[in-house]
Amino acid sequence: MIKHLLSMDQLSAGDITHILDTAEQLQGVTDRPIKKLPTLRGRTVCNLFYEASTRTRISFELAAKRLSADVINFSADSKSSVAKGESFKDTAWTLEAMGVDAIVVRHGSSGAPQQLSQWATASVINAGDGAHEHPTQALLDLFSMRQRFKDLSDLKVAIVGDIVHSRVARSNIKALVTMGAAVTVCGPPTLIPPGVRSWGVEVSYDLDAILVDLDVCYVLRVQAERQSEQLLPSLREYAALWGLNSKRLAHLPEHALVMHPGPMNRGVEIAADVSESPRSIILDQVANGLAVRMSLLYLMLGRTDDAEVAAGVTGA
Amino acid sequence: MAPGAAGAPGTPVAAGAPGGDFTVKAQVMDPDEVRRALVRIAHEIVEANRGTGDLVVLGIRTRGAPLAERIAAAIASFEGDDLPSGAIDVALYRDDVALRGPRRLESTTVPVDLDGRVVVLVDDVLYTGRTIRAALDAVLDLGRPRAIRLAVLVDRGHRELPIRPDHVGKNLPTAAGEAVRVHVREIDGDDVVLIGEKK
Repeated sequence: MIKHLLSMDQLSAGDITHILDTAEQLQGVTDRPIKKLPTLRGRTVCNLFYEASTRTRISFELAAKRLSADVINFSADSKSSVAKGESFKDTAWTLEAMGVDAIVVRHGSSGAPQQLSQWATASVINAGDGAHEHPTQALLDLFSMRQRFKDLSDLKVAIVGDIVHSRVARSNIKALVTMGAAVTVCGPPTLIPPGVRSWGVEVSYDLDAILVDLDVCYVLRVQAERQSEQLLPSLREYAALWGLNSKRLAHLPEHALVMHPGPMNRGVEIAADVSESPRSIILDQVANGLAVRMSLLYLMLGRTDDAEVAAGVTGA
Repeated sequence: MAPGAAGAPGTPVAAGAPGGDFTVKAQVMDPDEVRRALVRIAHEIVEANRGTGDLVVLGIRTRGAPLAERIAAAIASFEGDDLPSGAIDVALYRDDVALRGPRRLESTTVPVDLDGRVVVLVDDVLYTGRTIRAALDAVLDLGRPRAIRLAVLVDRGHRELPIRPDHVGKNLPTAAGEAVRVHVREIDGDDVVLIGEKK
């Protein structure tokens, strides 16, 4: 297994399947009265969050705790040394000196986890970096799709919205293409990156035209600031042209699913009644995040770095 | 001998078979002996328990699981009532995760509430006792059985923990450098117990 998870580029179809299979077994633990496993006892995981997050941070924290690892939560806010001007590098060295085994990092700058992985001996897991990637989101999305459709390689998936600024879109496109799914990106031309076809996807600017032939309609969050950057005329117009409302939902095939990475802007990219419809698996995505992150922590932290040394000493 | 049994002394087991880096020295149980041992264990379990009341048979993955099913089926055939049986994967409870790295997980299927039951753990080989230690913790996280018993097809000695089996198919004195391999037909295509050398 890889030491750091920085990008979906690192994972082959076989790796992804292994991670999802492991997650499937770990999900059984969630239904038990005692939900804790002793597997990572004595290991320490640090959540290093330079950006706001609810579900990703809580999900990683709970995943680590379910495996008996100790968890430190660090948010770069007014209460931390970052407010006193501590650099990213010094923060990394501080964590290093305290001996953490894994650092789960979210940062506004693309490539921050990559940089951190060069400074730290701990495993680094990218929990979202700028507009670059959010690999654990893609893995939990694949897991959620696989729960409903046995074979990912036959799936037709549309990713709808702000593709340019979306790390969720980038990781999901890589993951889905790796698994052999057919991906179409759809949104306003200002929010579709030029040259996106080189990622192995189709492009459409007309949501209504592609709905009828989808297995999954994956709706991205629209950030209000894109309007002030003049990439969107108005949120109302966005909702009218690319928002998933009940009228559009009716055009999706009977079996098709609606997904969203959260947090939602109800009434903009997704209508409230669509997000709560039986076709929406948005809450499954959240629940599955826990199992997928447990799987990653188990596979990445299972073995200690000095295990080989220890094995040599004891002759085991 | 079952077809394809890798029983001839000195035959290296093909890669992909359980423990590919293993050379067979001798076959110590043939399919009939395995069958008789399991039937005897089944009778012993019912006798010790004075009937099948509250019994649950749980096999330890990988090769304990089919053995547990066979023991449960044997008990059902001569006692007349169906016995709940299941399988547990103990990879997440092992004490060598940090040393050996993560193992592939298999499913844990326990068909009944274990509270107040008599759980019979079934495994193919009892060696250091560390797998059983992990299995005890795994079972106790699933419920509070009235008692836990242990049945193994082969006890090869060399315990590292104070654990002893209640029912044994065959006691097999071994040297620490030797390896014991159990084949079960559900997984390996034949039922044999082999002793050999680790490479």
